Amino acid sequence: MKIDRRCFLSLAGGLVAGHLLSPVPWKVTDDLSIWTQNWPWTPVPETGPVTWKNTTCTMCPGGCGIKVRIIKDRVIKIEGREDHPVNRGSLCPLGYASIQYLYGPSRVKSPMKRIGERGSGNYEPITWEEAITEVSGKLGDLRKSGKSHTVACISGSDKGTIPHLFKRFLEAYGSPNFIRTPSAKDAHETAAYLAQGKKAQNVGFDLENAGYIVSFGCGLLDGCGSPGYQFSSYSRFDKDHTLVQVEPRLSNTAAKAKKWMPAKPGTDGALALGMAHVIIKKGLYNRNFIENHSFGFEDWTDDDGNIHMGFKGLVKGYTPSMVSEITGLAAGQIESLATDFARAQHPVAVCGYNECTVSSDIDKTLAVHALNALVGNINQPGGMIVFSDPEYNLPEVEKDQIASDGTAKPRADRAGTAEYPQTRYLLNMLPETIMGANGNDLPIEALLVTDANPVYTMEDNETAQEAFARIPFIVNFSSFMDETAQFADIILPDHHFLEGFRDVPAPDGVGKPVTSLSAPVVKPLYNTRNTGDVIISIAKSLGGTIDASFPWNNYEAFLKQAYNDQYTDLSRSGYVVSADKPAPWESAFANERGKYEFYPTMRHTAGNDDKSKLPDFRQVDIPGDKTNDALVLIPYKSPRIASGAIANPPFMTKTIDADMLKHERLFIQVNPETAGKLNLKQGDAAVVKTPSGEATVLVDLFEGIMPGIIAMPAGLGHTAYSKFIAGKGVNVNALLKPVFDPTFGLNKAWGIRASLQKA
Amino acid sequence: MQKIPSHTKARHYGMVIDLDKCTGCATCMVACYSENNVSFRDDESVKLLSINWIQVYKLTNGKPFPDTEVCYLPQPCMQCDGKDFGHPPCVSVCPAVATDFDSPTGIVSQITTRCFGCRYCMAACPYHSRKFNWWDPVWPADMQNYLSPDVSPRMRGVIEKCTFCYHRFQQARQKAYAEGNPEDIGEDDYQTACTQACPSGAITFGDLDDPAHEVYKLKNNRYAFRLLERLGTNPSVYYLSTRKWVHRACDNYLENEEPAAFANKQA
Repeated sequence: MKIDRRCFLSLAGGLVAGHLLSPVPWKVTDDLSIWTQNWPWTPVPETGPVTWKNTTCTMCPGGCGIKVRIIKDRVIKIEGREDHPVNRGSLCPLGYASIQYLYGPSRVKSPMKRIGERGSGNYEPITWEEAITEVSGKLGDLRKSGKSHTVACISGSDKGTIPHLFKRFLEAYGSPNFIRTPSAKDAHETAAYLAQGKKAQNVGFDLENAGYIVSFGCGLLDGCGSPGYQFSSYSRFDKDHTLVQVEPRLSNTAAKAKKWMPAKPGTDGALALGMAHVIIKKGLYNRNFIENHSFGFEDWTDDDGNIHMGFKGLVKGYTPSMVSEITGLAAGQIESLATDFARAQHPVAVCGYNECTVSSDIDKTLAVHALNALVGNINQPGGMIVFSDPEYNLPEVEKDQIASDGTAKPRADRAGTAEYPQTRYLLNMLPETIMGANGNDLPIEALLVTDANPVYTMEDNETAQEAFARIPFIVNFSSFMDETAQFADIILPDHHFLEGFRDVPAPDGVGKPVTSLSAPVVKPLYNTRNTGDVIISIAKSLGGTIDASFPWNNYEAFLKQAYNDQYTDLSRSGYVVSADKPAPWESAFANERGKYEFYPTMRHTAGNDDKSKLPDFRQVDIPGDKTNDALVLIPYKSPRIASGAIANPPFMTKTIDADMLKHERLFIQVNPETAGKLNLKQGDAAVVKTPSGEATVLVDLFEGIMPGIIAMPAGLGHTAYSKFIAGKGVNVNALLKPVFDPTFGLNKAWGIRASLQKA
Repeated sequence: MQKIPSHTKARHYGMVIDLDKCTGCATCMVACYSENNVSFRDDESVKLLSINWIQVYKLTNGKPFPDTEVCYLPQPCMQCDGKDFGHPPCVSVCPAVATDFDSPTGIVSQITTRCFGCRYCMAACPYHSRKFNWWDPVWPADMQNYLSPDVSPRMRGVIEKCTFCYHRFQQARQKAYAEGNPEDIGEDDYQTACTQACPSGAITFGDLDDPAHEVYKLKNNRYAFRLLERLGTNPSVYYLSTRKWVHRACDNYLENEEPAAFANKQA
């Protein structure tokens, strides 16, 4: 048959018409539209009944109450708890994003044993029994060979029952080395001890009732201290509230303050003394407090008849014009600041609580505490509040000879020794001690790390890492694969805070004695265990008096006994506020005179002259060469970057501004004037060099930073966790270096000299 | 313009953001990610590719140290009403009816399964409020477990944007119906996630037309203004700032022209 044109067209037409009449094309179109929109790899979250459970966030020491939205057994969302006394509904981004840690890739899912090099992250899973046998075997051997004092514990906190269990364990085991990581608490509790006589007190600021806040560089709105508490206090500020921020960089806090006073960095102490000068000169101080509840305000005579200079005598020299020269602020500004402060309702001066610059300058802290004392605002509404930790109802630790001998040995970090008798913890000293020892006689043979990430957070980071590498046995209790976990020989992962019990007493900087409870809202997802349970298990397997010191079957039983009759309230409402009113002046001061000592007679000093006892302004000589390193590098805190032991979850990294991070490169803030001198433009790559190290960064021109100062955000440059934070930016701790106070051993450095050059 | 069904009370939801209060902490952004199943990637530093329903911008007054000032500006979808209550710039250009103006609430919807990714709306939006999914979302490890069933996760090739947490409105409405009072959706019954999350209390949300709502008072504040107001997009998001330079930064003013809030003051 011949196919001609007519036949072809009929056939083609027939085919088309036939197809159109058949369901095929319609079916194909329909399926296509379904296929293109129904992608099996796009998840369809399962629905179910919704429940809300209350608990406490432990991602930072802030202790905020949270409510958790749960659908079936899935945690969907975290929100701030409106009825919690700390945060009253406010919550920081880290709190909101912490569900990403619960389900995220950096969880340690079972006990792990290192099989590769330190820091390589090569681990194999082991059982809990194997892990506990291994740890207690190692600790048992050390104890038998008389080296129990070479075991140390580094903890992010010394408050609450988990740190208490570690302290108890070391005591029964025979080691004095419980070490808390450095923070602003060091300076605050030391200053409170020197002026008020009680050791290990919590110093908080009643920001919610304060009317006039002078913040000496506190990142109140930059995520330091207890962000939830500070934000919620700030959210209630009205036009009658004043916040004055003293710091050389226009931080988020400074941007929101009524007044930003860019004093030269490291001169806060002089400003506080200058304010005291004006307040005393104008007679604006609280006469009742000064006359009846303080000591050492005026010159005084000791029992031997020697006349000593008082606080008033000290600040006489700190005239506004002299302080103006030191701080770079106008004399008139200083004078009006002091006057406004003293005349305001509920004035309070705060310092410290800037978690990135762990500067613990005792003089500055004493001077700031003294300002609060001058206006009679200690333990008053809206003032500086000093209170003790909750007391636990626990039996005495049983000690054998080894334990008694071991705990009597000097601490490896030199805190509390003849050198630094008034300091409790000195982690910054540890690397030096370890590096100075010879291989057979290491001061630390085994290290337990809990709630801390010292391999990342310690300044002079390279030396710290070398020191940690020399420690033969490291056990880490982290829930996440952080930098310190990567150094560990054994990882004994704790639950995520949504999975386990834990008490949270005395949140950082909060002006009231709140203790909260973190209770499980979901079942543990992985093969993890509460650190409290693990410590009890280790103690039990060590046997003898150590076992006898831990007569509890599990952590929950221990927690219940510790809180005794308070536990019911704690578990029912999720928090307890131990005392409604802070101690009145009559009973607040525990020193010999029962008074606030402007002249801290107990203060351990090198010399015995009055000026070294009094909180005189002493310029801290930060590391570096003044001529070659013309600039000064300071770290800064951003509320969008978690800079403590815990790194940013992906949600927070997503919020980081384009002027802070570009791919893996970090921006360093430079004043355009400084940049002009160095021939640097916006976005230029540059090398920043300090005595500790160097790094390549990008230049961000920011008018809000003092010329000559350069600033880098803290909390980046991680090497562990997951690809969502690792390898981004530079760890500022690697560029910093501590400066030790000669009599307290605390780190006084607020920055470091640096140079910046086009790369 | 849609006809409003007679049995439904017409509302006009809107937001007032106090820029003098905002600290730039980005809690609103994180709360929004968590509420609305917003995806994330390992590198989010290129902001044009980053998906955010609310984004906090940083403004500076440009003055040298120490007179520098910084202001943070959180920017969700402006939920524009358009000139005649019903024609926002994005709705007019959408060929797929994937985005529409909801007259009963004044909210601009986004139905991602209808969207075929032409991105006309992205071009039409003067506020960069619309974000395109260049990649399929990936939730590593067990992170899929935290996804909320209230908001569908999006796929590659579609636009997404802030919906004023419309699912929360739906829940509030359901609750009101269940309680036998369909008209009774109170101010507290329906709040967006960012409003609730703002730890500084800078964001207020409610019915702009209801005198009992806080936003009604605030939008009539002397210092209230809207972004690029003179484009005629008629946004439902108002800002408050007592600082003139902030007003200037938020619209295109001529050199010697005064922002509205400050122009009358002199007269």
